Amino acid sequence: MLNLLVLIPALPLAGFILLALRGRQFPAAANAWIGTGSIGLSALFSIMVAINFVGNPPEGNVFIQTLWTWMQFDGNPVTLSFSLDSLSLIMILVITMVGFLIHLYSTEFMRNEEGYSRFFAFMNLFVGSMLILVLAGDFLLLYIGWEGVGLCSYLLIGFWYRDKDNGKAARKAFIVTRIGDVGMLIGIFLLFLHFETFNIQSVMQAAPKTWQIGSSLAILAAFLFLLGAIGKSAQVPLQVWLPDAMAGPTPVSALIHAATMVTAGVYLIARLHVLFEIAPVIQTMIAIIGAVTLLIAACSAMVQRDIKRVLAYSTISQIGYMFLALGVGAWSAAIFHFMTHAFFKALLFLAAGVVILAQNHEHDMFNMGGLRSLLPLPFVVFVIGAASLSALPLVTAGFYSKDFILLSAWYSPSGSALLWVAGIIGAFLTSIYAFRMVFITFFGVSKIPISHRPGFFMITPLIILAFFSIFGGYIELPETHHFSSFLSPVFGIPGEQPINGEGVLEFGASLVSLSGIFLALLFYVLRPEYAGAFREVPFFASLGTFWFSGWKFDALYDRLLVRPFFLIVRKSKNDFIDAVYTGIAYLNRAIHNNLVRTQTGNLRWYAMGITVGAVVFLGILLVR
Amino acid sequence: MMASVPLEHGLILSGILFALGLTGVLIRKNIVFMLMSVEIMLNAAGLAFVTAGARWNQPDGQIMFMFILAMAAAEVSVGLALVVQLYHSFKTLNADAASIMKG
Amino acid sequence: MILAWLIIIPLAGGLAAWLFEKKNALFVRWTALGSLLLDSLLLAFGWIQPAFFTGPVNDPWMIELNVPWIPQLGINIHLAMDGLSLVLVALTLFLGIISVICSWREIHDRIGAFHLNLLWTLAGILGIFIALDLFLFYFFWELMLVPMYFLINIWGHENRMYASLKFFIFTQAGGLFMLVSILALYFINGKATGIYTFDYSLLLEVDMGPKTAFFVMSGFFLAFAVKLPAIPFHPWLPDAHTEAPTAGSVILAGLLLKTGAYGLIRFVLPIFPDAVAMIAYPAMILGVIGIIYGAILALGQKDLKRLIAYTSVSHMGFVLIGIFANNSTALSGAVMQMIAHGISTGALFVIVGLIQERIHTRSIDRMGGFWSPAPRLSTVGILFALASLGLPGFGNFVAEFMVLVGTFRVSSVITVLAASGLVLAVVYSLWIVQRVFHGEPIEPLSLTDLSAREIGMMSAMAAAILWLGLYPLPVLTIVEPVIDSIQQYSVL
Repeated sequence: MLNLLVLIPALPLAGFILLALRGRQFPAAANAWIGTGSIGLSALFSIMVAINFVGNPPEGNVFIQTLWTWMQFDGNPVTLSFSLDSLSLIMILVITMVGFLIHLYSTEFMRNEEGYSRFFAFMNLFVGSMLILVLAGDFLLLYIGWEGVGLCSYLLIGFWYRDKDNGKAARKAFIVTRIGDVGMLIGIFLLFLHFETFNIQSVMQAAPKTWQIGSSLAILAAFLFLLGAIGKSAQVPLQVWLPDAMAGPTPVSALIHAATMVTAGVYLIARLHVLFEIAPVIQTMIAIIGAVTLLIAACSAMVQRDIKRVLAYSTISQIGYMFLALGVGAWSAAIFHFMTHAFFKALLFLAAGVVILAQNHEHDMFNMGGLRSLLPLPFVVFVIGAASLSALPLVTAGFYSKDFILLSAWYSPSGSALLWVAGIIGAFLTSIYAFRMVFITFFGVSKIPISHRPGFFMITPLIILAFFSIFGGYIELPETHHFSSFLSPVFGIPGEQPINGEGVLEFGASLVSLSGIFLALLFYVLRPEYAGAFREVPFFASLGTFWFSGWKFDALYDRLLVRPFFLIVRKSKNDFIDAVYTGIAYLNRAIHNNLVRTQTGNLRWYAMGITVGAVVFLGILLVR
Repeated sequence: MMASVPLEHGLILSGILFALGLTGVLIRKNIVFMLMSVEIMLNAAGLAFVTAGARWNQPDGQIMFMFILAMAAAEVSVGLALVVQLYHSFKTLNADAASIMKG
Repeated sequence: MILAWLIIIPLAGGLAAWLFEKKNALFVRWTALGSLLLDSLLLAFGWIQPAFFTGPVNDPWMIELNVPWIPQLGINIHLAMDGLSLVLVALTLFLGIISVICSWREIHDRIGAFHLNLLWTLAGILGIFIALDLFLFYFFWELMLVPMYFLINIWGHENRMYASLKFFIFTQAGGLFMLVSILALYFINGKATGIYTFDYSLLLEVDMGPKTAFFVMSGFFLAFAVKLPAIPFHPWLPDAHTEAPTAGSVILAGLLLKTGAYGLIRFVLPIFPDAVAMIAYPAMILGVIGIIYGAILALGQKDLKRLIAYTSVSHMGFVLIGIFANNSTALSGAVMQMIAHGISTGALFVIVGLIQERIHTRSIDRMGGFWSPAPRLSTVGILFALASLGLPGFGNFVAEFMVLVGTFRVSSVITVLAASGLVLAVVYSLWIVQRVFHGEPIEPLSLTDLSAREIGMMSAMAAAILWLGLYPLPVLTIVEPVIDSIQQYSVL
């Protein structure tokens, strides 16, 4: 039964190949069926595998499926294999199910677009690559999936290829993440050099035995993998690609943000947690990166006008939470937040897609408004998503996962009050921007008439995701820990945390979340003039612009890297080495031109030359 | 056996002849005169050979003079043929006129 | 004798094509194609049925032919094939067939002579890959060069005179250095052992002082570095690739460059192990510079063909690094890179040729938005752009990965610098995709999509590069014994 595992990534890939080769000849409905069906079947198989895995756990809680021998190094075969444990099981369940819902939604959302088959082909490849990534039992297969995900993000962000800006955003995504990827590749080399294997499990077993805690090689290796992770997961300082990645169609954003791509970095660190545990410096670095990122991104999210950009910054910020959790060693908290985030972020993106489609492809929230009564169902689910995002106490899934992270930040041995404060400030900002988005979009007066009402295929995924955004959190209550005990074969059993003060912390977090929502209500519904007054103050206005531009990271990189690079490119395009050879050729020609002057054609001149030559020659002979 | 001319005298005479011929080649423009000057130079060389041969009582010097004579004859015949051609083409015997073959 | 036939068939095919030029154009093309197919058949048959090779089998050679040619001087017709030669011969025939097919519509002028030159170049390349007598090797080296010169000079584009002359001078100068070194080897060995011979297997054992070895090695290295090309001997390449007809570019990029790498592996590594150890680091640094320099220059080009030519410089840097890292992983990677680069860059040149046939320009300023009128062309274009950026799943990734892993054992700094080339590869590959296939069409163009012939040709190449990427094991297994035997000479 577990042998069906190989079908889970194989089906989306088969769907990709079929659609890529023959998709144009098929009718649109067939494309939709193949694209969605392959993911649906894959989700079905994931559930079957999950039931089997839980009911009848394999030996050591890991199931390994060997594929084929890919290369050989010094005569040693390098074999590709899938491995399934509870961590990858949760990942494939989320990926296939959320992926399926997004595909279902897309069948309607993309209906009138050019390149329908291309869209589904790339989406299938995207899900397939992500599944390969999380199922990989060795670094090579992991890297294949890793790059495949990067490629698909490129193809899909640039889906509307006619517009140059989309192409630019797509290339930015690929290039920035590739920078991280190269770091990770070198990390793989480093591990291979020392452990002579690409198998993740073997390396993770050998690493703590070979390397002491805090040894420089362990730190170097962990750092290189961290580089890969921050590239893919859009963390500071490689976060710049994600806001621009909104150039793609909305379902693509949903897929990138919820189920694939950006969570790959979180998965990578969780998967290699043993390595990071023996490099405490890097772990602290992860926590700091997470804290910084979540604050920076939350600030930027508060001042955006484009509804999708708000969500993009919100993703960066939420992934920051996951990094914070990883940094303090709360591995299962990170994965838990990944799961709830997948639900409510997919929900928010898909609901935003409904809004954008209804408003005739308008992205600016300030041009919308009053959609509460016009689109009641999308309004309700959007509020559920926003509530889950801002961790509305007790009723939402987001509350439990974020609370888990905040508590770990406080209590964990490597945690600190400072990290907790960063998290709590982030939570406050989160609820402000989440409900700012709700109030601006759905309250007030309608400005653009409704151009499209969502049909069955767009509504169903919303309802399912809304359900999970609320109830998905109940599998990990602070008292029961079903989720973390399920993950314990991978991460080890979490130590009992001191309970004193837990209630206070939870209460504080709830209060912060509620006050954020209230503040948003105050500024955007009750007293809009307050917000105006803020904007009048020059300091806040310039701060707003600074945040709006994403803390000027783009401008910084442009000055520091991009422009100098293209300056070099422009300066050297004529190949100065070639100029050296051309110079030699010119020198020869110049000598030729000068020497040729002695060839006058005058007979007596030649005779004179012979005479002088003979005299000189004889003279030399005589003198010697 | 009569008193022989010293070697030096013969060589000085041939040197003067050679210099005269060379000067002729270098300063005359008329190609016929240049050809004649070349003949003088050849004969100067021949004289030097004969003198040296006489000094060492060897026949080689005279043999070499035979060679030079034969070569000079060949050279003159080819040279004169060229002169005739030159005159046909340029209607002049001025050697400087034929400088169009420079590289 | 089968090895001799391998060379004689294209030579004869070329002559036949030339003789029948007046009669029928189609006949000429089919003669050329037929002779190459016959050759491939011969190779395939020999591969499947080793007993078919009737010559004396001499380990490690799968098949060998050794008959005296000029015995007074110790020159033999000594041909032999091992795994390395086999894969490169297969690549030669594959790309040879592709280049005949891609000239089908492009060349109309003096087609007989064109195919004569094409096939003779191929024969020269085949000879290089199987010659085991240094004199014979040099003979084939020149045989490859001269017809190639004519291919560029007669059937090339606007600036063909300049390009062909530059190509000729560079490679010929390199070749002369090699000739001097070959003669030096011949005399050194003759003096030491009393046997004057050009035979590879005997010259392998030559003993000489470190200084002599260094100078003799330099001659070989120069010739091969020019061909490879290594920085700073590359300037002939962009011009020659740009101005050559499509078939010429395919052969140049796909095969000619590989003769340089082949020479390094076959001759330089085993004959001069000490000298190689001495120059290993400088050579690898040249490789790194090549990777980065080629990539940066590629980005600055406006001529699509020139752009791809510079990416070749970048990719061949990996080969140079892999060869001089000189361990079996890196060497296998270098061989993989030779094959993968041959196919992927060859395919990119074919694509440029197809575009030029349609819009009569190579300037990327006049391209853009090809996706909507020509989705098939764009699909293969993007596919090979992705292959050239080293995406996993394509042969180039396997190659670059192995080279980097192998190099990492020797020097981590060089590996890191070389790996930065992977980022630059993304930049230029996506730049091609953006400027040519994506974006808004610059002018209303009626771009016809690929014909059946072109689809067949491109899918063969796509299948090959994917096969190399997903299941490279057969190639690696064939090559491995050769690399092991070369490794025996290594002093590292």
